This record gives sequence, C-alpha cells and structure tokens, in this order.
Amino acid sequence: MPKNDIKVALIGNPNTGKTSLFNQLTGLNQKVGNYPGVTVDKKQGICKLSATQNAIITDLPGTYSINPTSLDESIVLKSLLKKDIKESPDVILVVADVENLKRNLLLFSQIKDLEIPTVLAINMVDQMHRKGISIDVSLLQKELNTEVVLISARKNQGINDVKEAIIRCHVAAKASPLCGINSKIDPDYFQNLKEISSNFSLYELWLMVTQNNYPDTITKEEKEKLLAFKQDVSKLKRYQHKETIYRYQEINKILKKTYIVDKSKATDVRSKLDKIFTHKIFGYFFFFFILLVIFQSIFDWATLPMDLIDSTFADLSDFVRGRFQPGLLTDLLVEGIIPGIGGVLIFIPQIAILFLFIAILEETGYMSRVVFLMDKIMRRFGMNGKSIIPLISGTACAIPAIMATRTISSWKERLITILVTPFTTCSARLPVYAILISLIIPNKKILGFLNLQGLVLLLLYALGFGMAILGAYILHKTLKIKSKSFFVVEMPNYKIPSLKNVFFEVLEKTKAFVFGAGKIILALSIVLWFLASNGPKSFANAEKNVVENIENRNASQEELNQKIASEKLKNSYIGIMGKTIEPVIKPLGYDWKIGIALITSFAAREIFVGTLATIYSVEADDENTATIKEKMRSEINPATGEKRFNFAVGMSLLIFYAFAMQCMATLAIVKRETKTWKWPLIQFFGMGCLAYISSLIVYQILS
Amino acid sequence: MSTIASLHIGELGYISEESLDFIPLKLLEMGCLPGAEVQLIQIAPLKDPLYICVNGSHLAIRKETASRIKILKANL
Repeated sequence: MPKNDIKVALIGNPNTGKTSLFNQLTGLNQKVGNYPGVTVDKKQGICKLSATQNAIITDLPGTYSINPTSLDESIVLKSLLKKDIKESPDVILVVADVENLKRNLLLFSQIKDLEIPTVLAINMVDQMHRKGISIDVSLLQKELNTEVVLISARKNQGINDVKEAIIRCHVAAKASPLCGINSKIDPDYFQNLKEISSNFSLYELWLMVTQNNYPDTITKEEKEKLLAFKQDVSKLKRYQHKETIYRYQEINKILKKTYIVDKSKATDVRSKLDKIFTHKIFGYFFFFFILLVIFQSIFDWATLPMDLIDSTFADLSDFVRGRFQPGLLTDLLVEGIIPGIGGVLIFIPQIAILFLFIAILEETGYMSRVVFLMDKIMRRFGMNGKSIIPLISGTACAIPAIMATRTISSWKERLITILVTPFTTCSARLPVYAILISLIIPNKKILGFLNLQGLVLLLLYALGFGMAILGAYILHKTLKIKSKSFFVVEMPNYKIPSLKNVFFEVLEKTKAFVFGAGKIILALSIVLWFLASNGPKSFANAEKNVVENIENRNASQEELNQKIASEKLKNSYIGIMGKTIEPVIKPLGYDWKIGIALITSFAAREIFVGTLATIYSVEADDENTATIKEKMRSEINPATGEKRFNFAVGMSLLIFYAFAMQCMATLAIVKRETKTWKWPLIQFFGMGCLAYISSLIVYQILS
Repeated sequence: MSTIASLHIGELGYISEESLDFIPLKLLEMGCLPGAEVQLIQIAPLKDPLYICVNGSHLAIRKETASRIKILKANL
C-alpha cells in the first residue's frame, strides 16, 4: 500500500448502519482478508477521500464497548491495542445511531481515551425530525473535542463531509482523552498505573490490565508490573463498574447541552410489529412460515440456474475435448479441472438465495426476534438463541454457518453449535439425496397431494436437524467445560433492508464459499482424476485383457470401450483402494464401486454422484443424468442376482450421507475457529462412527 | 423488593442503586445504570428471555440476569 494512504478503522455499536457507511465509502473496492496472527476475517476497502488522498478503511465487527465478551468484539480491542506502524489505525471513524446517541457515546468515549484521532459520524439523521430529535452540532463538536458529522448512509447524505473530516482530523491529529478516568475513581491507584510506562496512554494500560491483552511492543518489566495490578479481581471489577458509570455521567452532561428529544413527536411502529413477531403463538407461526418460504424458494428458484451451470460445464468439457489435441493435459482439463470447477459453481444459486434471505432477515431486524423466541428452547440443548442462525445457514453450507457462531459469547455454547452444525442438511447432500431417492422411492402421490419423494426429502432434512439437536444435548451433558453463559441481545428498530447492503453481503458470503470450499473440491477432483486414470501394471494391461477376452468377441465398439473403462477403473489406484475397504463396508450393503464413491466423497459429498458416473462409465453431463440413474438402476449385485441399489442399500446410503462428516473444507474451518485439531478430529470420527453404525442397523434390518 | 423479572408487561420501574454490583458490566455499558427507567415490553413464549427497554435501549436478557437487578416500581 502507498505510504500516504490514511488507515481508518470503522467502529460502532451493532445496528448503527456501520456496514451501510462502509459500503458507501468503498463501493466495489472491498476485499476480505485475514488479520495477521488472528484467524478471523477482516473487511477492508479503499476510499477516495480527495483527488490526491486515499484511505484504507477497515470494517471492524460491531461492539458496544472495548471490553469484549465475544470473539467478534475481541477483534476490535486487539486491533486498537496494536502498536506496530503497519496495522494501527491513523484515524478512527466511530459510527453512532442518532436515536441511541447516549449509549453510542460510551464506546466513543473509550476510543477517545486511547488518544487516537477520532471522527464521530452520527447516522440516520434523516429520521431526526420524525423522532423529534435536535442536535447542536458545533457545540457537540467542541464538547467532545472531535470532528462530528451528521450523515444518512442509506440515503447517501453527508458522505463527502465524512471524507473531509477524516482528512482534517488526520492533519490536525487532535487526540486528547475525553474522560480522564484517573481522578474520579481512585486517583492513587491510577497514578501508580500511569507511572508504569510512558509509551502507552493511561487507558491503554488500564485495558491491558482488565482485558489481559498485551501488545507485542510492551517490555517484560512493564508487563510484570501490570500483572501485579491484576491481583485484586473484585477491585478491578468494581473499578470497571465505576468507570462505566462515570463515563455515562460525563456523556449525560454533554448531551444535556447539545441533544434534545421531544418524545411527543415519536411514532411507534416498532411496538406494533413486536406485538406480532414476538407473540406467543403468532411469533412461532410467522417464523415457520418464513422458513417454509425460504426452503420453497431455494428449491424452486435454484433449479433453473443450477441446470444451466451444469450443462454449460458439460458443453465446455465437450468443446475442449473437441478442440484440443487428445492427451494427458486435455484429459486433466476435461475430466478433472472443468468438472471440478463446475462442481463448486453449481451450488452458487442455492447458497446465494439462502444468504439473500438471511441478509434480508438480518437487515430488517427480524433475526433478533428469532433469537429472542428461540433462546429458551435452544438452551435446553446446550446452545443459545443465537445458535439458530448457524443452524439455518447450515442448510446452505456449513462453512459460513460456523463462522456465524462468533457472536456467541459462551465458549461452551459456541463449541456445541460448531460441532453440531454439520448435521443440518447442506446443499452438497442434495444431489446425493436426489439420485438415491429417485432410485428407491416410487414417484407417487399420497393422500392425493403429497409427493412421496418430496416427503422423504423433507424427512431427511428433519433427520439432520433432529440429529443436530440430539447431538447438542449429548455434548451438553458430557462436555465438562466451565463457561459462563451470558446473554444479551439488542432488539434493533425495524428497517427496510438496503439493496446495496444485501447485495454486498450475498456477494461476500458467496465469494467466501467459492474460494474457501472451491479450492479443496477442485484440488480433490484433480487428485481423483489422477488416481482413477493411473494404476500399477495390471492397469496398463486392462485394455489388452478386455480385447483378448473371448466373451467380448461379438461386442460392439461402444460396449467394448465401456468394458475397457471399467476394467481400467478396477485396476486403477482408486479401484484398488475401493477393493481394500470392501470388507469393512460389506455389512452396510456396499461393494467396492460404492466404496470408491465413499472414499472420494469424504472430501466433499457432492463428488459421490460424479464418481459413480465415472465408475459406471457414462458421461457425467446433465443430458445423461437419466442414464446415470438407469445405469445405477440396472446394476446387479452378483452375489444375490438382485438390484445393487435396492431399498435396503439405498436407505443405508441415505443414512450414511445424512450423518457422516464428509467435507474437508468444514473440517478446516472448524480447526480455524477452535484453534486445535482436537475438535475437527472428534467431529470426524464421532460423526463417522454414528453414520457407520446407523447404516449398519438400517441395512441389516431392511435386507 | 422487586426485580426486573417481577415486572408485568408494560410496567415501569427504576433500577435501584444497591444492585450495582449485580449488574454485569456488559449491561451497564448498554445503559442498564442505577436510576435508569426500565420497562418490560414482552416475555418470550417459554417465559424467558425478557424483552426490556432501558435508557432508550431495547434489549433481550435472560430471566436469571433480570432477577438479580433490583428495581423500584414506578407507580406505587
């Protein structure tokens, strides 16, 4: 980055329109990266402040103070205490909601005491008149000793003023503290604290003591002295309480002079809507209605674009095959890379639709009401109202769902949510379910209107969700983690969602999925292709053996090619692997060919269909799905002479795919979020055992 | 003495000075200060959590937390 760019950190309470402002300032110049040292995403964007000056804006998670209680909030503290020149912000832009200015100023006063130049942007001022609020901006600016700007991020008002204020603030570098915490609480105590180091402000030192969070630049000696202050925990707690009350007193004094609310002018739509959405009966009714609409849309709207993506990639493969010289590279492209990329992109429609709904529910403020409705129920299973969001998101993809657990403050509740989320039926299970259901469940109507196949699919979704709840309950009873469960959720005012925010949210989440899961699925497709098209000596002889076999003398060229392909597969590395695990999976009703599909789909479930397609030597493009199905249907089990995919085998496979942890990308994310391999391994083996045992029981009973 | 948990829907109260030590820091920071006016807006279907409005903030807190915060009822 160029040296003269101003680094701006965007901070504010949740629901203040921070994201709207970020989107207005940066537009499409956004990217998501990782904080160095902390494995959490950060959103950054470039903003043109003037003809010569750019700013790099970092959007920090919403927080009520810099005393963190959740992972999301601790990021804010960490990035503020960073003293190295590259990372620490030059200017902090605090976003406040005009309606809750008092509470928002608490965070502002803490930031100001860090002695970093600060701009205060008061958002949603377009509603000031309707709410009967008036602000004396110039006096407020003087009292707070900072740049104050009135904006409406949604209506694109005051954005240029923000840019100018950032430049002015950066040049002037006004940075005196707002509330001198030292004098009011315990002057001696804070004087002693201040004497420890002159490199840090008093408030920074105080934060290090209370939050146990030390920047790299602190010396060993200073740290030891600070640790001495931690001895008396109850005193620390008392002083933190006093500090907060003192800050509010200061804020009240300032607001009394500058901020007037005429309550008689306020209109209250909120309480009317709340009466419906949080109602004992209608509340749940409405929630389940919304869920129904979401699932209907995912299956209804996504089919067309998914088919389109599928056939486009099949055509692309054909095109490449026809255009390029036959050879290893072309094979790799046609059989490995192109289907691999297609296998990732095909999920975009479903994931985007689900995130569209989730973004709208979040933006409107309805999601907080769901959290409110569900908290008590979820708590019985060791989770928390906030766990409902990951569990819903998990029906698109477990990866972003697991990242959404960061707002849960109790580690135990968060861990349980992370561990059970992969049970919810994600979109990668759909192709597997779809093909198996169409093989073993007759397509007929029951009760005149319910489609039996659709009903089975619905039951599989219920099974996944039920298993998540049951799993959570077992973990809740067995995990011996002491973790304070503290729960407070703000119920934001209802808002009409901003199209811009929803668009960016969907774009960002979808991108995270494509690049996160995509890399692994693509890499695996290439490995799979290699293992299936290479093998030891017997592989090389496959073609010769088939051609020389007397049985094949009368076969047509097409039949012969298919026989060669399946003979090759049997002798390829992957075929040998399938043969090796056959004894283990035989009790579940599977043969080595299904075994191959099991092995490959441990990386990602959706590979199952593609692998079977390869194995039964037919092309995997969309036009031929019927053929894959027919091939699977006509596959005979040589031991019994019956169909390979009979009811028992099909059910056994369905149960296996419902429970087994077959997603490397999710395991990687769980490792990242829990910071140890312990939990992903427990998840992998626990879910694997459950899948194996359940499938075994199902197959043995049904066969 | 009453607590936030003993309010009826729509009822008002004032957070008492003596409960300062029982209010979690997080709630203090969100405006749950001694002396502040608090109103119970709604109770979730299974009688927990509670939806309150305090100092202009609309918050959902659990009953267990609410029962530790003492109040003076407004219209007594």
